[in-house]
Amino acid sequence: MSELPAWAALPAAILLIVAGVLAAVGAFGLLRLPDFLTRMHPPAMGSTLGTGCVLLASILVSSAIAGRPVVHAVVITLFIVITAPVTAMLLARAAVYRSERRARER
Amino acid sequence: MNALLPFAVTFASLCFALAMLLAAARLFKGPAAQDRVLALDVMYINGMLLLLVLGIRSLSSAYFDMALLIALFGFVSTVALAKFLLRGEVIEP
Repeated sequence: MSELPAWAALPAAILLIVAGVLAAVGAFGLLRLPDFLTRMHPPAMGSTLGTGCVLLASILVSSAIAGRPVVHAVVITLFIVITAPVTAMLLARAAVYRSERRARER
Repeated sequence: MNALLPFAVTFASLCFALAMLLAAARLFKGPAAQDRVLALDVMYINGMLLLLVLGIRSLSSAYFDMALLIALFGFVSTVALAKFLLRGEVIEP
C-alpha cells in the first residue's frame, strides 16, 4: 500500500476519514434520536454520502494500482443510490401504518 | 505521507465497526419492530462499507463481489421485512 503515488493516496485517505466520521455520526444519531421518523434520517447520511466517499476512494486506489481507470465500484454506488430511497419509503409507510393501527385499536 | 493511507484505512474500519455496534444496540433496544428493521439495514450498509475498506487495505478485488452481494441481500431482506410489517405477508397471492 505504501507504493501508491501521492495523488491517489492523499484524496483516498481524506475520503475514507470523511466516510468513517459520517457513518459513525449517522449510527450515533440512530441510537440517540427520540422518534422513529426522526431516527430514519441520520443513517441515510452515512449510507449515501459515506458510500460515495468509500467507493471514490476504492476507485482511486484500484486505478492507481492497475495503472488504468478501474470504475467497477460505480455499480455498488448506483445500486445503493437507487435502493436507499425505496427502503426508506417502505419503512416509513410501515411505521405510519402501524402507528395508525395502534391508535385505532386503542 | 506514506503512513496516511494505512492510518485512514484503520480509522475508517474502526468507525464502521463502531457504527455497527451502535446499530446493534438499537437492534436490541428498539421499541418497535420497524426500529429493528432499520437497525438491521444500517448494519448491512456498514458491513458492506467495512468489506470495501478491507478490499482497499488488502488491494484485492475479491471483496468487491462480497460487498455487492451484501448490498443486494440487505436490500432484499429490508424490503421483505418492511412488506411484512406493512401487510402481514411478504408475497401476496
